[in-house]
Amino acid sequence: MDTIEKQLYASPSNRRYLVVVTAIVLLLFIWSLTTINLQNVEGSGWKIGSSIIAGILSPDLELLFTFTTQGVPYLLVETIAIAFLGTIIGSMLAVPLAFLSASNVVPKPIAWVTRLLLIIIRTIPALVYGLMFIRVTGPGPFAGVLTIALVSIGMLAKLFVDAIEELDTSILESMTSIGCTTFEKIRYGIAPQLFSMFLSIIIYRFDMNLREASVLGLVGAGGIGAPLMFAMSAYRWNEVGSILIGLVVLILVVELCSNRIRNKLVRG
Amino acid sequence: MYDKIFPPKRLALPSGKVVAEKRSRTPSVLVLLLIALYFSVEFTGFELKILIDRWDEFFFIVLEMIPPQWDYFPRIWQPLIDTIKMSLLGSIIGSLVAIPVAFLASSNVVKNRLLVSSTKVFLSILRTMPTLVTALIATFVFGLGTFAGTVAIFIFTLAYVGKLLYEQIENVDMGSFEAMESLGMNRKQAFRYAIFPQVLPNYLSTALFCFEGNVRYAAILGYVGAGGIGLLLKEGIGWRDYASVGMILLMLVVTVFIIERVSEHFRKRLI
Repeated sequence: MDTIEKQLYASPSNRRYLVVVTAIVLLLFIWSLTTINLQNVEGSGWKIGSSIIAGILSPDLELLFTFTTQGVPYLLVETIAIAFLGTIIGSMLAVPLAFLSASNVVPKPIAWVTRLLLIIIRTIPALVYGLMFIRVTGPGPFAGVLTIALVSIGMLAKLFVDAIEELDTSILESMTSIGCTTFEKIRYGIAPQLFSMFLSIIIYRFDMNLREASVLGLVGAGGIGAPLMFAMSAYRWNEVGSILIGLVVLILVVELCSNRIRNKLVRG
Repeated sequence: MYDKIFPPKRLALPSGKVVAEKRSRTPSVLVLLLIALYFSVEFTGFELKILIDRWDEFFFIVLEMIPPQWDYFPRIWQPLIDTIKMSLLGSIIGSLVAIPVAFLASSNVVKNRLLVSSTKVFLSILRTMPTLVTALIATFVFGLGTFAGTVAIFIFTLAYVGKLLYEQIENVDMGSFEAMESLGMNRKQAFRYAIFPQVLPNYLSTALFCFEGNVRYAAILGYVGAGGIGLLLKEGIGWRDYASVGMILLMLVVTVFIIERVSEHFRKRLI
């Protein structure tokens, strides 16, 4: 047995741990298999599936290129507007909450309570908020904006906190040592470090919000979701196809742009 | 491009040398943002007045939820377990299927350009479909119930884990892969012994993270009839039985919190 082999066998064996974890995962897998019931699968499923695919392959071109309030372009612009406005309001609300839950800024108990609040905000599904806001504003894109704003707070604040807690404090110390005031320290020491990070996080969230906004229509909170739902329940697969194509193209384009901008922001 | 529209400012240094200072982009970006903001307000009918007048309506519902209706718990239990099972099954199968798909989508392992780019396009189209829309389509094809929800979660997991995995595979150190190939292994064997161990911890951590998110998604899938707790949520809101809704949301928050803690524990161990 040469030295290399000795080293190989000397490495700590965590086989037992691995086996136990694998066994647990397998058990969970088998346990969750019991949820599948195929009784509801009907023979018509294949027919519907193939007609969906046919609809997507031959979309309703008229709907895809008309610029009235019924057309896909208008609905997409409305969805973008909901996501945009919601992201801006959400990020404005998330900044103070993030500072309140950063453990290097405020005392521990306050940070803990704010975090709990953020977890609760993050867990409640967007559709529930949508239904609640419809009571405030009536159905329409306005309710969508408020929903998106509230939903984005949770994740934005969490990522903001990570950025704040990783703040390089040695810069602040050196600024103190050359006699900067508190305002100057915030303006030239903290803001430049955080601004590009925050912006990058906000753009990322805008990307996600676009997806959220596209399903809020299901509860009547504006955007492209409602026409999609109607077209589906009426089995008009050509319309479904054109709406889905518009949505997919839009989300892909926005994602491409946002990735470019974020790369630029992070690399400076 | 930008520097041509707004030419850089020329400064003459005391030494006589002329340097160019590029114009700041902040003002024009701000103007663009303001224009976008104005149009968004127009399009969505955003009115601060309504918000100020009626914001208390929102908290009216929140107050109705407190205290939650405790004896509703036995009815929630089964759908909640169903929700967890749906997301667990979808996540496990999805992340397993993601391995071969990600293998096909990584340009440093598979040399067939067409195959690589078509797999990538396929993955990104799957990823852009909102989960709720996938679930809705799935209920049409597979009928109402948990199976449709599982399919929707499976598709989302496949797309998400697949994308992150092929990015990791493409960024991997190729030295050991080449060494294995030079020893006479074929590409699949070299992938198994050189690349897979490198990406394994990250892959498991991604899959766990995806599972966490899936529990949250699965909670609303019932809204379109795809099984789980969403159906009760829809019922409760439809009947304005907000105390029961409060109980459902409370259970959901507790469950998600526990799952997040557990998965965070394992993710920290992995990396």
